[in-house]
Amino acid sequence: MNSYFYSSVFRKTLATLSGFFLIVFLFGHLAGNLQLVLLSGDVAQKQFNEYALFMTSNPAVKILSYLTYASILLHAALTLFLAIQSKKARPIDYEVSAGSANSSWASRNMPMLGILVMLFILIHMKSFWYEMHFGTIGNDPWGHKDLYTMTVVAFQKWWYTAFYVISMVILGFHLRHGVESGFQTLGLKTRKYIGPIQTISQTIAILIPAAFAIIPIILHLQS
Amino acid sequence: MGTLNLTLKIWRQDGLNKPGGFKNYKVDGLNTHMSFLEMLDVLNEQLVNEDSEPVAFDHDCREGICGMCSMVIDGRPHGLLDGTTTCQLHMRFFNDGDTITIEPWRAKPFPIIKDLIVDRTPLDRIIQAGGYVSINTGSAPDGNVIPISKEISEDAFDAAACIGCGACVAACKNASASLFTAAKISQLALLPQGQAERKERVIGMVQQMDKEGFGHCTNTEACEAECPQGISVEYIRKMNWEYHCANIKG
Ligand code: HEM
Ligand code: FES
Repeated sequence: MNSYFYSSVFRKTLATLSGFFLIVFLFGHLAGNLQLVLLSGDVAQKQFNEYALFMTSNPAVKILSYLTYASILLHAALTLFLAIQSKKARPIDYEVSAGSANSSWASRNMPMLGILVMLFILIHMKSFWYEMHFGTIGNDPWGHKDLYTMTVVAFQKWWYTAFYVISMVILGFHLRHGVESGFQTLGLKTRKYIGPIQTISQTIAILIPAAFAIIPIILHLQS
Repeated sequence: MGTLNLTLKIWRQDGLNKPGGFKNYKVDGLNTHMSFLEMLDVLNEQLVNEDSEPVAFDHDCREGICGMCSMVIDGRPHGLLDGTTTCQLHMRFFNDGDTITIEPWRAKPFPIIKDLIVDRTPLDRIIQAGGYVSINTGSAPDGNVIPISKEISEDAFDAAACIGCGACVAACKNASASLFTAAKISQLALLPQGQAERKERVIGMVQQMDKEGFGHCTNTEACEAECPQGISVEYIRKMNWEYHCANIKG
């Protein structure tokens, strides 16, 4: 029993479960963000800022947010640890490598894609999470912290918008391999369900990043 | 019938833990009907005539069933042709004037013994950790005494088709032995004879796989693409599932 926790299969499984939790988180985050563009003007500003207040003060959300931080750290730590271990399993590289003949680009570059996603998360948290909690941020006419205006102003800059869109493309490639691979790791991608699992995985991998990316694009075009 | 003139860039290494490096050789007038190994035989004859050390490479059956003929040819285990071993790769797939790079399997658990020959006993130790049925089943039973459905027997047979060549390890960017281990586990987990030791088997073999220093599986599926027997990554899924069940249900 004990050896289970030290096995590469178990460690990989934990990485997968934390990755899947992050996907659930992303759906929630997306629903919140969509309020920025599905509503407009004062209504959007009022509702989004009330939502932001709720998200930073509700105790249940607090617990979920700690789970999310833990998942990101666990996911990154486990996957990078395993990647380093596996790198050691081939101390001398091939002179000629023909990876493209037998595997997808995303599957061969998961650590790099993951590290880029991590960089995005850090910059993103500095811009919004940190400013919301510890920065100087003005109030809206209803007396709430005006995260809405801060966001709208941020995406007036084309390069800032471009950075978000590119980051979402990177996340898309990470998920393109990651989601389907996760089902395989958990042992669920059976022959019977391989079709639906591939459809669901590829849909998630396109839908999440595309929906996230469209928000800064719309905000930029509206500015 | 065409003839080929080739440049071969081959990894030469005198022995275990000795320094190694690439050396270039020219071989001319090759028959396109030759297998890749026969082409190497021609080179070796040439080297012997020049009083140089011939290139050491593993081979045995030369008919695609033993899995000995391990080498990475232009970046692909067993060469560019899908679903074949090196001995079944023929020179008609190459062009006159080609330079072909030939390397040994590269994985820490597979030390190079000489030139293109690596030590694959770690795979044997994975089998020794559970890839057998140790109950005494007596003499061969009459046919159909133990009914097994066609799907199950086909599935077990597909897994059993693994020839243990190690191309999965060689192809994997993590040098993972997951496909090999999974095929050996699945073959027995699917059949009635394998049930008694099912849990100890998967736990023992997965543990041994890690202990030998192979990398972990990231589901790139390069192994399936390069496997001469086309063993499916479905067995890796099965291994993961078996392993979770064996540990969680106890
Ligand atoms: C929103 C963020 C993220 C999500 C939703 C996510 C999701 C996933 C999923 C589902 C997998 C597949 C696991 C499997 O193959 O079983 C995966 C793999 C991976 N992730 Fe992430 N990930 C995220 C962020 C990150 C970050 C920040 C890093 C690293 C700094 C990272 C590094 C990796 C690596 C290296 C793999 C390959 C692991 C392997 O195959 O062993 N990911 N990710
Ligand atoms: S020598 Fe036996 S498979 Fe090639």
